[in-house]
Amino acid sequence: MAQTVINNTCSALVIGGSAGSLDVLLEVFPALKAEIDFPIVLVTHRKSGSDSLLTDLLKGRTSLNVHEVEEKQEMLPANVYIAPADYHLLIEQNHTFSLDYSEKINYSRPSIDVTFQSAAEVFKSELVCILLSGSNADGVEGLKIVNKHGGMVVIQNPSTALMPYMPQQAVNIVKPHLVLHSYEMADFINALNKKN
Amino acid sequence: MIGDSIDNEQVELLLNDVLEVYGYDFLEYSHASIKRRISRLFGLDNFVSFAEFRYTVKSDKKYFKRFLEEITVNVTEMFRDPSFYKALRKDVLPALGTYPFIRIWVAGCSTGEEAYSLAILLKELNLLNKSLIYATDINPSVLEKAKKGMFPINYLKGYSENYIQSGGVKDFSSYYTANYTLAKFDENLSSKMIFSTHNLVSDRSFNEFQLILCRNVLIYFDKDLQHKVFQLFDNSLENLGYLALGSKESLDFWPNAKGYKRIKTEKIWRKL
Ligand SMILES: C[S@@+](CC[C@H](N)C(=O)[O-])C[C@H]1O[C@@H](n2cnc3c(N)ncnc32)[C@H](O)[C@@H]1O
Repeated sequence: MAQTVINNTCSALVIGGSAGSLDVLLEVFPALKAEIDFPIVLVTHRKSGSDSLLTDLLKGRTSLNVHEVEEKQEMLPANVYIAPADYHLLIEQNHTFSLDYSEKINYSRPSIDVTFQSAAEVFKSELVCILLSGSNADGVEGLKIVNKHGGMVVIQNPSTALMPYMPQQAVNIVKPHLVLHSYEMADFINALNKKN
Repeated sequence: MIGDSIDNEQVELLLNDVLEVYGYDFLEYSHASIKRRISRLFGLDNFVSFAEFRYTVKSDKKYFKRFLEEITVNVTEMFRDPSFYKALRKDVLPALGTYPFIRIWVAGCSTGEEAYSLAILLKELNLLNKSLIYATDINPSVLEKAKKGMFPINYLKGYSENYIQSGGVKDFSSYYTANYTLAKFDENLSSKMIFSTHNLVSDRSFNEFQLILCRNVLIYFDKDLQHKVFQLFDNSLENLGYLALGSKESLDFWPNAKGYKRIKTEKIWRKL
C-alpha cells in the first residue's frame, strides 16, 4: 500500500465531504505543509446561507491560501479552493474552474459526484480523491469514474467517521486504494507529490 | 446519474453541426459544463450510439427543440441572493427613480422569476408604472412559461423567505393567487414586461437601458465570449446605468472595466 502512495503522481487533490466532515477538515488542514505542490479542491454540502463560513474557518487554520472559487479562477499549487454553496464545481482542461447552476444531483449542489467526475476527466491518473463522512451517497458514482481513469481513491474509514453511511457506500461499491482514519490523512497528503 | 460516454471530440462535432444546421453557436461555451449537459441528455434519451444521437440532433427539428431546452440550464428562483435584491431596493432603483422612464433588460431571464421579483420591487417603490422590463432568453420554451407568470406552489415558501430577507415587508401572498399546484402572479406585474428571444452570442444591441441584469448566464461562457457580451452590454447601457451580474461572476478581467465602478459588495457595476 505505502508503495502505491509514494509512486502516485498527484497533480490535484479533491476532497468531498458531507455531514460530519467539518471536524475532519479542521483536524487535517492545520497539519498540512505549506510547500504542497498541487492544488486542493474541497467540495462539501452545506446550507446556501452559510456561504463563506467554511472558507473563514479554514483560513485561520492553515498556511495554504484558501479561496472560495470564483468562476474561471485558475488552479495553482499550494492553494485550497472551496466550492461555493449552491453551484456545481467543474474543472476545465486548462485547469480553470467553471461553475454550474444546474439541477441538484443527489439532492446536493455542489455535488461531489460532479466535481470528482470532472476532475477525473482532466487529471486522469494524476488525480487523488478523498471521500469523507456523510449521510448520503454523493461521491460514490464520481469515485467509480476516478477509478476508471486510473486516479487514486481514498476513503475515510467508516468505523471512525461521524456519519459512516457515505464512506461505507463508497467502500462497498468502489475499490479504494486506501481507507484512512482522519488522524492518518494529513501525513498521507503531505507525502503526496506532483513529481517524484 | 451522470454520464461519461461523450468525449471532447464528439462534443465539438455535435456543436459544429448545431451551428451549421440551426445557426446556434455554442462553441465558445465553457467546455466542461456544455459537455456535461450533452452527456446528460445523451444518457437521458437512451441513444444507443453517438452516431444516432448526432444524426437525430442534425435532422430532427423537433428533437433539436428539446436539445436546446436541455443544453441550456434554466434553473432559477425568485429573489435569489436576497442581499442582491436588497441592494437593488436600497441603492440602485431609487437612483433610477429620477428618470421619467425606466428601461430594464433582464438577459437570460429563463422562466421569469427574476423579472417578476424585479417588478415587485419596482411596484413597492412606486416605480412600476413608468418602467418597462425587457426579458430575453435564447430558449423560446422558457419564455412561454415566463409570460404566464405561474410558478410551482411548493417553491413559494422559499421565495417568500427570500423576499423577506431582501427587505420586503408586504404580505408576499398578496402578489399571487394560488391553486393546488401553481401560483399565478398579478397581471399588473407582467403588464410591464416584454418577452422576446435574444441570443447573447449572435444578436445585437436593441435598445438603451438604465439597468441590465444578466445573472448566472456568463458562467456558461468562456472568457472571450464573456468579453464580447460585456461589449454588447456596454453598447446597450446609458451613462450612469447599472450592470448586475450573478454572485460568482465579475467584470474585473474585462479590459474596459475601468469605465465602471463597483457598488459596495454586490456584483453591481455603474457605468461612468
Ligand atoms: C441559470 S439560468 C439563469 C436565470 C436567472 N438569470 C437567474 O439568475 O436565476 C441561465 C439562462 O441563460 C440562458 N442562456 C444561455 N445561453 C444564452 C444565450 N446565448 N443568450 C441568451 N440567453 C442564454 C438559458 O436559456 C437560461 O435560461
